[in-house]
Amino acid sequence: MTGTVSAEFVDRRPAPHKTGVPPRPRHRGVTSDVHRGGIRWALVAWTMTLLFFAPVAWMALTSFHREVDAATNPPSLFAELTFEQYGQLFDRGVTPFLINSAMASCVSTLLVVMLAVPAAYALSIKPVKRWTDVMFFLLSTKMLPLIAALLPVYLVVQRLNMLDNVWTLVVFYTAMNMPIAIWMLRSFLAEVPREVLEAAQVDGANLLHVLWHVVRPIAMPGIAATALICIIFSWNEFLFALNLTATRASTAPVFLVGFITNEGLFLARLCAAATLLSLPVLIIGFAAQNQLVRGLSLGAIK
Amino acid sequence: MVTMAESAAEVDARSRMTKGGRRQRWLRRAPLLPALVLVIVVTQLPFLTTLVISSFQWNVLSPGQRSFSGLTNYVTVFTDERLRSAAVNTVTLTASVVILSLLLGLLLAVLLDRKFVGRGLARTLLIAPFLVMPMAAALLWKHAIYNPEYGLINGTLNAVWQLFGADRGPVISWVDSFPMPALVASLVWQWTPFMMLILLAGLQSQSNDVLEAARVDGASGVATFRFLTLPHLRRYLELAALLGAIYVVQAFDHVFTITQGGPGAATTNLPYEIYLTMFREYEYGEAAAAGVVAVVGTIIVSIFALRVVSSLFHEEVTR
Repeated sequence: MTGTVSAEFVDRRPAPHKTGVPPRPRHRGVTSDVHRGGIRWALVAWTMTLLFFAPVAWMALTSFHREVDAATNPPSLFAELTFEQYGQLFDRGVTPFLINSAMASCVSTLLVVMLAVPAAYALSIKPVKRWTDVMFFLLSTKMLPLIAALLPVYLVVQRLNMLDNVWTLVVFYTAMNMPIAIWMLRSFLAEVPREVLEAAQVDGANLLHVLWHVVRPIAMPGIAATALICIIFSWNEFLFALNLTATRASTAPVFLVGFITNEGLFLARLCAAATLLSLPVLIIGFAAQNQLVRGLSLGAIK
Repeated sequence: MVTMAESAAEVDARSRMTKGGRRQRWLRRAPLLPALVLVIVVTQLPFLTTLVISSFQWNVLSPGQRSFSGLTNYVTVFTDERLRSAAVNTVTLTASVVILSLLLGLLLAVLLDRKFVGRGLARTLLIAPFLVMPMAAALLWKHAIYNPEYGLINGTLNAVWQLFGADRGPVISWVDSFPMPALVASLVWQWTPFMMLILLAGLQSQSNDVLEAARVDGASGVATFRFLTLPHLRRYLELAALLGAIYVVQAFDHVFTITQGGPGAATTNLPYEIYLTMFREYEYGEAAAAGVVAVVGTIIVSIFALRVVSSLFHEEVTR
């Protein structure tokens, strides 16, 4: 039996992915099959990949076209390239939107990290009683639909005269990302070796001292990954940005609202705007892709 | 006598200990409190306020008429045709997006789990749809892809038709003819990478020894996948589905941009309907009641979600 199934089997089995696993023995005579299977596999995988990536590629390509070449049928792939659309975007004042977004996401992320690191410390290194309950309370807050909180938030912010103010978004995004950040950071801090902390912790040592001089250096990769996830979520947030801002404090996604209707549509400029505003998150996401899965699964998956 | 003296000392010591203990407990809690208080004040108190508002007859357009109306708004919510269809649309949209992106994500994860030329680059490219700003993605699909005159789909069809000598390809208005599928497709495109990442992590955590043993025992690839890999992946599938559902239930950007809930109310989901009630009709009481109903619905789903996450979590803690 063993002799007959091997060829088919070698073809289908997923390749070993962990380093340190000895290479599996190749059976004589199936090498070419493996090779052909490999090519077939690569073809299928790359076809799927390119299909999924096509809209992004199309968006980027069209953003470098002139309007006359953008809205054509059949699509023009090889039209002349230009930076004209990006220039137009800056002429039409995309800059304040970018600044507002950068402000809202960076400041809120900074606040999140400053509050979430001590919280994660109190949930992992020196855990409070019933710390798992706290964790699940935090998680459950992420599950409630934000739309149900919009009206009261809107009314309170209106009463406080804080509508159309970036700081309102900063506070809101800080609270919005806090549970995710705490979950993520807890999973990173739980990995910090106990001995390191105990050795460093002089009796009665100040908490801030421990956090800054012991926890921060060790947990830095985790803190960075958490910060990146928070920036992504607040940069892309639309519902609250749309309803809590008007003209001065509007963020990047709100800039795009003007492109929704069909009338007087400029496809190339739309693509330029979509590309430009997505670019920071694309860069961050690609840079942090190995940490992305851990953040998205709230630290449940390493 | 001796025992009494002892026990008195003991009681004394214990009371001193609990006092110190209480201080200790608060010292331990202190780092947690700022974060917790912020979360509760900013994201949880509003829900309670929503509960209060939902018992008012309150339309901003008729000022001075705010009055307590008990459960009237809930009666409206449960009898209103629009809200009922919004609830149905939410379930349809969420279920189709989660199931389809999970299946596609699984396929991609299985493909990427094997070595092939440029695997790292392929993975990077595949993450891109998830990272594109949802508003930008929605606009991209609405105008650059679905547009009947110059959208990518009809454009490609036209090119293929012309290649085979036809005069002109079919002109299909995708959003008007298939509003719900159009919405689902754009959301599936954004969420498939999310599913893929989680499932790929699941595949890569599978012990190689087990697969090797199956191979040595002569199991076929299909059988190995069906009886070893899928059971192993089950919890990852659950986690991906539930996290995905939490986000897709709240989908607003795509509905707001691509269909505006139309035609009619064919693609209006609960978030969009509540938004309309709030900021177009100014029926605050009714919007709040609909919000409460949405929250209750979500809590029911979340109980299952929490169970899944807690099984993963406790495993990690006890390890």
